[in-house]
Amino acid sequence: MILDKRKAKGLSRIGSRAAYGMTLFDLAPDYDDLMVVTADTSTSAGLDRFRNTYPEKYVDVGIAEQNAMGIAAGLASEGMTVALSTFAPFQTMRCCEQIKVNLGYMKHKVVFTGLASGVVLGTLGYTHCCIEDLAVMRAIPNITVLSPADCGETAKAVEAALNHHQSVYIRLTGGSPNPPVYSEDYDFEIGKSVKLREGKDVGIVATGTMVHASMQAAELLAEDGIEASVINMHTIKPIDADTVKELAATTNLIATVEEHSLIGGLGSAVAEAKAPLRNAPPQIMMGIGDSYDKAGDYGDILEHYGLTAEQISAKVKASYETD
Amino acid sequence: MSNHTQVIEKITEMADRMRKHILDMALEAGAHSSHFGGGLSVVDITATLFGSVMNIKPDEPEWAGRDRFILSKGHGCLGYYTALHEAGYISHDELMTFEKTDSFLYGHPVMNRAKGIEFSSGSLGMGMSLGTGVAIAAKRRGLDHRCFVIIGDGESNEGSNWEAAMAAPHHKLDNLVVILDRNRHQQTGSNAEIMDVGDAGAKFSAFGWHVEEIDGHDAGALFDTLSARRSDGKPLAVIANTIKGKGFSFSEDDNSWHHKILTKSQYEVAIEELSNTGAAS
Repeated sequence: MILDKRKAKGLSRIGSRAAYGMTLFDLAPDYDDLMVVTADTSTSAGLDRFRNTYPEKYVDVGIAEQNAMGIAAGLASEGMTVALSTFAPFQTMRCCEQIKVNLGYMKHKVVFTGLASGVVLGTLGYTHCCIEDLAVMRAIPNITVLSPADCGETAKAVEAALNHHQSVYIRLTGGSPNPPVYSEDYDFEIGKSVKLREGKDVGIVATGTMVHASMQAAELLAEDGIEASVINMHTIKPIDADTVKELAATTNLIATVEEHSLIGGLGSAVAEAKAPLRNAPPQIMMGIGDSYDKAGDYGDILEHYGLTAEQISAKVKASYETD
Repeated sequence: MSNHTQVIEKITEMADRMRKHILDMALEAGAHSSHFGGGLSVVDITATLFGSVMNIKPDEPEWAGRDRFILSKGHGCLGYYTALHEAGYISHDELMTFEKTDSFLYGHPVMNRAKGIEFSSGSLGMGMSLGTGVAIAAKRRGLDHRCFVIIGDGESNEGSNWEAAMAAPHHKLDNLVVILDRNRHQQTGSNAEIMDVGDAGAKFSAFGWHVEEIDGHDAGALFDTLSARRSDGKPLAVIANTIKGKGFSFSEDDNSWHHKILTKSQYEVAIEELSNTGAAS
C-alpha cells in the first residue's frame, strides 16, 4: 500500500478499526486463500463490506473467541492466509492458551488483530479496555507483535503481517478520527523502527497513539531548548535493539511512552534491550498505571496517566533537567 | 470369508499388536510413567481409523487429499503412536524412544507431519476447534477429505468443546467426525464423581449433530459407523462407549491407571493375557 496525503487523511478520519477492514477489502483480490475470521465483530472491524463482497473468504464464529482462534489455526494449518480480529481483550486473553498452543507451539500462522486496544473504550469500563496485551503476547514464543502509530501504518502493518513468516498480533489503538503521524509514503519493515525526529538530548521511544503525542511533545521540548529524537517503535517484538543501542549511545535520557500498562509493554522491552549496555542513560517510563480504577472519557484517562503531549513534555523536561 | 469379516479381523489384529506395543512402551518409559488407561481405551478406535477407514498415504504424509486426524485428548498418545507405527509412519525403534530426551514422541503429541502427527495436543478442549477450521477449509476448497477428532469425556468438561459443537453444524460440516472416547473416567475419579458429562449424545444432538452411540471396542461397529459418509450438512458425533485400561485384567476400568508406572511383573501378566489373542507372539 502506497501512502499519500489523501489516503492518510481518509484513513485517519475513519480510525484504525475501519482502516483494518478497508485494508483487508483492498487486499482480498491478491490472496486466493485469504480467510477473514471474526467473532461477531464484522462491523467493529470495518468488515461489513468485506463480508458482503467476499462471503467465500469470510467466516463468522460467533461470540466464542477460543473457538475462533482454534478455527483460525485449523484454516492456517491447511495453508490458508488467515486474518482474525475482535476486541483486544478477547482477542488476546480470552483465547490466550489457544494462541500459545496453536500459534506459538505449533507455529500455525495467523494474523490476529486486537481492536480498540488501550483505553479508547474507557466509557465502557475496563472489560473493554486493554492495557495488558503487549505484555501477554510478548511472552509467547513465535509471535511477532506490532503496534501501528496511525491508520496509514495500520494498513501497512496488516499487509506486512499477511506476508510475514510467522503469526503477528496487531494492536490497534486510538479513536476515529485518529491523528495521522504520516502524510506521505515511507518504508514499513517489521522489526525496524522509524526515527521521525532527530535530537541529541533525549530519545523518546513511543508506540501506537503515543507516537503522535510524542511528536507534539518534542515540539514543546524544542521550545524549551531540549532536542528530542522521536522513534516510532511500531514493532514491540522483536524489539529494534540496534536503535535502542544507538539512542543509548547518543542521548542523555531515554523516555518510553505507550498507551499500555507500565508493566511488560514497550517500556519493558526497551529496558530489556538497554539492560546489557554499559554507560546507558536512565530511562523514564510513561504509560497506564497498574490499576483498573480510572475509567471514563478517553481524553480524561490519558490525562490521568500523564499521556498528553504537554504532560509528556513536562515529564521529560523535569527528568532531563534533574540529570 | 467376506470382505467385511476380513476388515474386522484386520482391525482386531492390529489393535492387539498395538496393545503389545503399548506394553513395551509403558515398560520402557519406566519411572516417567505413562497415560496407560486413556491410551488403551482409544486403541480400537485408532486401529479402525488408521487400519481401515482413513484415506491416507503413509509414504506421502502431507498428501493434500488425506483424511485428517486430531487426537484432542493428547494424553491418549499411546493409542495414537502405536497406530501410526502400524500404519507405517513410525518405526518400532522410534516407538521405543517414547518420552526420552530428544525423542519426537513425548507424553503428549507434538506436531510432526512427516511422522503423521498432524497437530500438537495435550491442553484439553482445542481439537474440535482445529478440526472445525480444517473442515471449513476443505468445504471452501471443494475437497472431499474428512477430519476425525477424538475427544475424551473428561475433556468434555472444557467449555471450548461446546463452542465448537455449536459452530460445526452452523457451518454444515458433514466432513467432520468427532469420536467421544466415553470411558467414564477422568484424572482423579469417575465422571460421575468429578463432573458428569451426562447424556453426551443428547447434548451433541441438541447442537445439531448426527449422533451414533456404539461399543468403542467393537471393530465392526466402529468400522461401519466411521466409514459411512454423510452429506446432509450435519457433522457426526460418535459416542464410543469404552473401558479405560481396556485389554488387561489389572487395568480395566481401574482409574489408578490414568497415569501410572507399569512394573515388570504387571507387564508379564499382560503379555500372558495378550498371548491368548496371539498378539504377543
